[in-house]
Amino acid sequence: MSEHDHDHTPMSNGDEPAAAVRARALEELLIEKGVLRAEEIRAGIDWLVSRTPADGARLVARAWLDPEFKRRLLADARAAALELGLDPGPSPVVVALENTETVHHMVVCTLCSCYPRALLGPPPAWYKSLPYRSRAVSDPRGVLAEFGLDIGDDVDLRVVDSTADIRYLVIPRRPPGTDELSEEALAELVTRDSMIGVAQPTAPALA
Amino acid sequence: MERGVHDRGGLTTDAPIDRSEHTLEDWEVLTDALVGALARRGMMNVDELRRGIESMPREEYVQASYYERWLFSMESILTEKGVLAAGELDRRAAG
Amino acid sequence: MTYRVGEPVTVAARAHGGHHRTPSYIKGMTGRIERVHAAFRNPETRAYGDDGLPEMPLYLVSFARSDLWPDTPAGPGHRVYVDVFEHWLEEAS
Repeated sequence: MSEHDHDHTPMSNGDEPAAAVRARALEELLIEKGVLRAEEIRAGIDWLVSRTPADGARLVARAWLDPEFKRRLLADARAAALELGLDPGPSPVVVALENTETVHHMVVCTLCSCYPRALLGPPPAWYKSLPYRSRAVSDPRGVLAEFGLDIGDDVDLRVVDSTADIRYLVIPRRPPGTDELSEEALAELVTRDSMIGVAQPTAPALA
Repeated sequence: MERGVHDRGGLTTDAPIDRSEHTLEDWEVLTDALVGALARRGMMNVDELRRGIESMPREEYVQASYYERWLFSMESILTEKGVLAAGELDRRAAG
Repeated sequence: MTYRVGEPVTVAARAHGGHHRTPSYIKGMTGRIERVHAAFRNPETRAYGDDGLPEMPLYLVSFARSDLWPDTPAGPGHRVYVDVFEHWLEEAS
């Protein structure tokens, strides 16, 4: 292997975490070896930073307004996303789970961090954390209490552990007092956490 | 029956859930993008990524941050496949 | 796809040494088929560079939380739902 003969930025200025140095070193090696090109890494970065919960929120808002769309969303969330011109991501199957007056869904990945990233953006740190992964399945009401949500003892709380190829998205309940709102205004009420199932959407008076 | 260090469902823990928001650092986004690019090239699939993460020594897994685990796994799998030489990443990171 | 919605199934109590996606908290436990998903490539072999074929049927299976963790509340509103591959399931006896 030949020495690289160009100047390069020193690998560490002492302030960065070792992992940052390591990630850049790995990138450098992979490009030098011709395994990856800088452009495709850049494109991947651009895609990642473009992902936000806004796309998921659009699906929810449309479902709140249009019962036929909601039916299609529940049957095949991936196809419903494509219908709205959204990118459902590489996961072959996305399943939308509808919260109702009597059923509340909450999603976790106990084994790692599986999450519908294309529609919701990157998962929050707590979703990937060891305590959430441990307690969501065994003490979900305790977890919800930490999030400030009390859903009531008579509600069927369904905790879904996404262990395989399916990515799950919660359709939270439409808040009361929102009959006059436009689809865009409704979408603004739909938070990331409400689509994971640890929160309700924002009430309109607070939005 | 012993479980892998990654198999966390139902483990007893008193740890509160830290709900603070963390914007991803540039190196974390880079790490994620590297994995995605390798996957699109067919060089490493998500199951291999997970297997690599699960092979971390227990204490390292628990102490590591999320994307540190991804870096560990990429290095491990790519070394296994001969894309990286053993210790090559260490040497390059040391400058 | 061998199993149908509503059918009771038991998860194998296998100590699988390599990569697999069946969480230990459901191994040996009996649950109920809630959804029949499609078939997907086997992560257990894909994790070692294999193509993962043949695809294996995947199901959403629900379990009573009180069966998994006996000190927790029982009842129909207290179930855990997990995606499980068919080759980890047996008919409940």
